[in-house]
Amino acid sequence: MAKIESSFRNMVLSLTFISLGASVALGFVHEFTKEPIEVSKLKKKIEAVKMVVPEYNNDPVVEMFKLPSEWGDSLDVYPAKKDNEIVGYGVKTYSKKGYSGKITLAVGFKPDGTIINITVLEQKETPGLGTKMALPAFVNQFIDKDPSSFQLKVKKDGGQVDAITAATISSRAFCDAVQNAYSTLKKGDLK
Amino acid sequence: MNQLQNFTKGFFKENPILVLVLGTCPTLATTTSALNGMGMGLATTFVLIGSNVVISLLANVIPDKVRIPAFIVVIASFVTVVDLVMQAYVPSLYETLGIFIPLIVVNCIVLGRAEAFASKNTVLSSLIDGVGMGLGFTMALGILGTFREIVGSGSIFGFKFIKGDGILVFILAPGAFIALGYLIAIINRFRRT
Repeated sequence: MAKIESSFRNMVLSLTFISLGASVALGFVHEFTKEPIEVSKLKKKIEAVKMVVPEYNNDPVVEMFKLPSEWGDSLDVYPAKKDNEIVGYGVKTYSKKGYSGKITLAVGFKPDGTIINITVLEQKETPGLGTKMALPAFVNQFIDKDPSSFQLKVKKDGGQVDAITAATISSRAFCDAVQNAYSTLKKGDLK
Repeated sequence: MNQLQNFTKGFFKENPILVLVLGTCPTLATTTSALNGMGMGLATTFVLIGSNVVISLLANVIPDKVRIPAFIVVIASFVTVVDLVMQAYVPSLYETLGIFIPLIVVNCIVLGRAEAFASKNTVLSSLIDGVGMGLGFTMALGILGTFREIVGSGSIFGFKFIKGDGILVFILAPGAFIALGYLIAIINRFRRT
């Protein structure tokens, strides 16, 4: 078959049909993958919540609500309840003060404001330095601390947090995100 | 053309990374570990095979003057398919590769093969060319990723065998350039003889 001529009609027709074919194909793939994508996102959320709050028997993801933060936007709060009694809050918080872009954390609080556990959801810090924020060696110093008495700042800034060696900026961002979660919960009058 | 030669040229004689030095951006950025490098390589391979086949099928009905936009539409569709499928079934790998999956659209190798090979050859040759080139790309990324992971973090496929940190610079961007440079130098040494 000979190559068709580059006339205006041919160009419009061929591009139209190729785009049409591509859209139909993509539509099918989208339909097909929509559900697994939702499921995997939900699974990730549930896993993060499980990491940071004590045992619960409600569905925190369904009961999730938003609280306005001090920065003008809102944070997602996942209440964990056992037999209708609040046992903890999982807060999805973030900081933009990281070394390279946003860091997102899930922080679990007891109803009295004590930190239960923290897990890193998303970060793009320097591999081998800032990424150590996800390791227990750093995170453990926050566990069971009450931010009303425990200064959520690195020692260099007059706080009580041991910064990661050579990653003060990442450590600061981490503290910033936890502080943000705490102030938001506090302001929301949930304690 | 001999189909076997057509297949193997992607690995050695015309390896997209090591010889043609095309598509180095995702190469340098995603090879921080062996698994990431190979994941990226396989995603690109899928796009290459798909776009090569479709473009060689359509080559005769695409007027010359609009061939580039037509190729890009085909390539972008395959990339979107990869993007959605990875998001659905391998979410953790999808997150590590991040922006580099959508960026396969502008990868020189994919458009380069469409323009230089698929639009001028039969469907079968284009398919074999796509498989060969894609696997050659995956191989190069795999080697680079494995090396950087061993030296940089003392582990292989996430399995740590050296205590401590390793040579950090190899995980960072400068290490990628250094490792790629040496890899190309070694390949060139063998190609000369």
